[in-house]
Amino acid sequence: MAWDRDQMAARAAQELKDGFYVNLGIGIPTLVANYIPEGVDVTLQSENGMLGMGPFPYDDEVDPDLINAGKQTISELDRSSYFSSADSFAMIRGGHIDLSILGAMEVSEKGDLANWMVPGKMVKGMGGAMDLVAGVKRVVIVMDHASKAGESKLLHQCSLPLTGKEVVDLVITNLGVFEVERGKGMKLIELAPDVTLDEVKAQTEAKFEVAL
Amino acid sequence: MEKRYQDAASALDGLLFDGMTIMAGGFGLCGIPENLIAAIRDSGVKNLTFISNNCGVDGFGLGVLLETRQIARMVSSYVGENKEFERQFLSGELELEFNPQGTLAERIRAGGAGIPGFYTKTGVGTVIAEGKEHKVFNGETYILETGLVADLSIVKAWKGDTQGNLVYRKTSRNFNPMMATAGKVTVAEVEEIVPTGSLDPDHIHTPGIFVQRIFAGVQEKRIEKRTVRERV
Repeated sequence: MAWDRDQMAARAAQELKDGFYVNLGIGIPTLVANYIPEGVDVTLQSENGMLGMGPFPYDDEVDPDLINAGKQTISELDRSSYFSSADSFAMIRGGHIDLSILGAMEVSEKGDLANWMVPGKMVKGMGGAMDLVAGVKRVVIVMDHASKAGESKLLHQCSLPLTGKEVVDLVITNLGVFEVERGKGMKLIELAPDVTLDEVKAQTEAKFEVAL
Repeated sequence: MEKRYQDAASALDGLLFDGMTIMAGGFGLCGIPENLIAAIRDSGVKNLTFISNNCGVDGFGLGVLLETRQIARMVSSYVGENKEFERQFLSGELELEFNPQGTLAERIRAGGAGIPGFYTKTGVGTVIAEGKEHKVFNGETYILETGLVADLSIVKAWKGDTQGNLVYRKTSRNFNPMMATAGKVTVAEVEEIVPTGSLDPDHIHTPGIFVQRIFAGVQEKRIEKRTVRERV
């Protein structure tokens, strides 16, 4: 059985290490915060200017001056700090953030990432995504294996405009986990329960080695 | 020199002209100078270029200046929350320049610090890099980005004193401190003006040298996505 959204998020949470500073993207990556393993202490960064992001507030604690990068109201922790957008991206671009978990539209076998624009559709902008993939030490992608039309999202080459070239280190899909050696190639290292190698091969355009 | 003004309209007196470039602080609707935006709307000034991370929502924030067609061009990183923006952009009425968010923040920081350009890895190999100088440092490729300045910066802070020293609150700080440095004139909208000497000098985020005019206004502080958890 393929993983659902929460199971993909739980698998991504296994990439968190004790002491990590982590930036989570919008969508499935946000769910990763619910699955931080026992005994692993991580600090979440929100690129609009906060380290130590807390959970959603209780109704009587909502503060319009306290939001995350998805513009949702959040709360602070004892460890929290606030800073400007320039300091926030100094953390990101300066290589101080250990891990970023992001969603994607397409990933190539060399680790190119497309997740910000579909030509012909209204473009909302890249926000902080290009900075994150260029600067964060390790980039993990969580996405469905296939598009809604059933096309593989793991490709030889991305067809959509890139967010970054050779920037992805690991891809977690509903079918399994792929390790990427940036600029070199991809290998399948894990299958979701009851998913077969043949199923993955049939649904994947990208070339990959098998290292199960 | 007296920096304190009565309200947004008087604080903008003599500063606005058609075709000017304005930087506006805020991330989403958090930390936006809402009274200054309303005063710009009321002034009728037009053909404006705005440098701002986002463009408000329909009916609030910079969105109100879209409805009045006062904005000709936006320099932003993300504009997804606004139907009127989409309509004007797709019809060609509105020009748009996307910058990666960190590049935008750094361009403003650089502009305010008198730095005309800097190299960054962000955007290498993407459309953002097209037409920009590429340079290799220690085996890695970087692109040249330029500093940004504006005719006017409008910022929002929590508290300010009569010298223009500013303190921001929580995530409403965002782009405001850099923008305060990068305007030929910077006008600060604060929630409270406190007597000079009452702010701890060690805790001032924006030193008063960057702020030419200041006033206190009442903000609505609209919340874009109210998200809560249940008490169990």
